[in-house]
Amino acid sequence: MGILEVKGVNKRFGGLQALGDVNLSVRENTVHAIIGPNGAGKSTLLNCLVGKLIPDSGSVMFDGQSVLGRKPHEINQMGISRVFQTPEIFADLSVLENVMIPCFARRDGAFRLHAYETVRKEADIREQAEAMLADVNMLDKRNMIASSLSRGDKRRLEMAMCLVQSPKLLLLDEPTAGMARADTNNTIDLLKEIKAKRDITMCIIEHDMHVVFSLAERITVLAQGTPLVEETPENIKGHPKVREAYLGEAQV
Amino acid sequence: MLGLERKDTLLMFAVAFITLLAPIILNPFPAGSALAQFNAGYPDLMQRFVIFGIFAIGFNILFGLTGYLSFGHAAFLGIGSYSAVWMFKLLSMNVIPAILLSIIMAGLFALVIGFVSLRRSGIYFSILTLAFAQMSYNLAYSVLTPVTNGETGLQLTLSDPRILDGASSGGLPVTSLFGAEMRDTTTLYVGPWTWDFSVGYYFCALLMLIAFYLSVRIFRSPFGMMLRAVKSNQQRMNYTGLNSRPYTLAAFVISGMYAGLAGGLLAAMDPLAGADRMQWTASGEVVLMTILGGAGTLIGPVLGAGFIKYFENIFSKINDGILHQWFAFMPDGLENFMVTVIHPFIGKGWHLTLGIMFMLVVIFLPGGLVEGAQRTGRLFRRRDRNADHVESDAARQRAAAE
Ligand SMILES: Nc1ncnc2c1ncn2[C@@H]1O[C@H](COP(=O)(O)OP(=O)(O)OP(=O)(O)O)[C@@H](O)[C@H]1O
Ligand SMILES: [Mg+2]
Repeated sequence: MGILEVKGVNKRFGGLQALGDVNLSVRENTVHAIIGPNGAGKSTLLNCLVGKLIPDSGSVMFDGQSVLGRKPHEINQMGISRVFQTPEIFADLSVLENVMIPCFARRDGAFRLHAYETVRKEADIREQAEAMLADVNMLDKRNMIASSLSRGDKRRLEMAMCLVQSPKLLLLDEPTAGMARADTNNTIDLLKEIKAKRDITMCIIEHDMHVVFSLAERITVLAQGTPLVEETPENIKGHPKVREAYLGEAQV
Repeated sequence: MLGLERKDTLLMFAVAFITLLAPIILNPFPAGSALAQFNAGYPDLMQRFVIFGIFAIGFNILFGLTGYLSFGHAAFLGIGSYSAVWMFKLLSMNVIPAILLSIIMAGLFALVIGFVSLRRSGIYFSILTLAFAQMSYNLAYSVLTPVTNGETGLQLTLSDPRILDGASSGGLPVTSLFGAEMRDTTTLYVGPWTWDFSVGYYFCALLMLIAFYLSVRIFRSPFGMMLRAVKSNQQRMNYTGLNSRPYTLAAFVISGMYAGLAGGLLAAMDPLAGADRMQWTASGEVVLMTILGGAGTLIGPVLGAGFIKYFENIFSKINDGILHQWFAFMPDGLENFMVTVIHPFIGKGWHLTLGIMFMLVVIFLPGGLVEGAQRTGRLFRRRDRNADHVESDAARQRAAAE
């Protein structure tokens, strides 16, 4: 039994079958990559996991509990954090505040009327957020407004916001897209480091094979909404079905 | 101090200083002088400054922090007024229970209206709140006449029970704070100046300072940070494990309670309540105040409220006769011409002046009057630093020109 069990998930958008009978099992404390051509339904699958979309049929179990029908904040409180394909950050807030908010969410839950307390006096939360920013090499940017960051920095900020929550399952949707090579390597190192430090399961969608082969222990190939193969990185290179999925269109 | 940062403490003291000395500060022109009509230091107007200041401070907690633009906050103002007058009729002329009921009733209504309206965001939220406010207005105007006394408005009568006060002798009783009558005014004559210190004003001013202090606390609290998160990216907030709904609802209820307090104070200063206090124009006014002063800033809403109330009361009183006096030094033709040109902007035309000012502010100072003040401040600071350079440059240029 994996920590995440997706069984028979279907999702249609009008006439388009975005997900067709998807089965996926992610084992605890592993890094599981999902790869596949554009439009394969990778992001749609993640949307079904975090409560953004509700599948037409099938089940999604996390840690022995169903996530279907739960609100996004409830699913996050269960221990799932997600980095989006286009960075979702609090653009008008400072970098530090961006990281403090998830810390508050972890400590105080989905809602608390802490209207008479003072942010400045929350030394614990601040230290936690600053330590996380130091981990992603962004401590010097903590007072910048998040909207003024570069695209790569926005991604790293979003990753910091997710990591600081110490999620059980971290979902990463193309975390290195738009990053310079050096930043991509830093991100790989960061994720490896986090992985070594604590128990965490990661599910990563990536087009950059360098990232995939550096991190993943299992790889699922998704094409046209259906998983084709699930294999270890060694066995996936040169797998005929994978070549077909990526090159199929070209051959036709 | 007071659990605030240094900067906020300074602001708090500045506001307190100005509010407490307002009767002097707002009366800069000697009584009887030609400019005396620009004096705003009379109790009735000063009370309105601080009461609408409270209204706008509360509105800003919702609009300035979460970005949810309510177009129905006057409903809570009206509910506050009706509640207070009922308290004056049934219980006592003491303003404390009246105001408490105003805050509670407005809070309850805000809970219900907010619960429904906050299911939508953006323009749909605004429309829903507007619909609720218009509904309240119409109910108060006609259907609920037994409670609101319809068109005439709710007033005190001699036959009201007033359980705690006992039978009153003679005319209608007046509102008071444990015996201190709200209308009590001490007038100080200093040289040509007259300054009015009224109990009512200081009572309202004190409540405004408390309201302001609480809003500063909210702005600096984790709760305030969450409200800004709602405005910035509600989606990210939800995927971060925070339920944005109760946060926005709490902000809505708090701002509704501020409005209730303001409505209660209006009734405490003048114990009558009419449906027109709930009309959409009144809801729109608080939006204007907040945006004019600077939405999302601490002091902006108070400035905006003061500004609009000043215009409403001072500009509307300037008439053609006064204009003729001002331009009397000019040749007759020119005098008449000037009066004709300025005429549309004064008296009943004060809305026109306000509208133009509002447009100018929104276009050139999107951050409102506060942004204007900040820019001027920065300009001066820079000029100080560069003063030597500028002057020496100027001197060199002059020398070159000669
Ligand atoms: N909300 C939606 N409504 C309609 N169609 C959608 C929606 N979301 C996704 N789709 C469609 O579903 C298909 C799968 O999209 P998805 O975003 O999951 O692909 P992806 O594998 O993440 O691709 P990429 O690598 O480009 O991110 C696409 O054809 C897309 O147009
Ligand atoms: Mg995608």
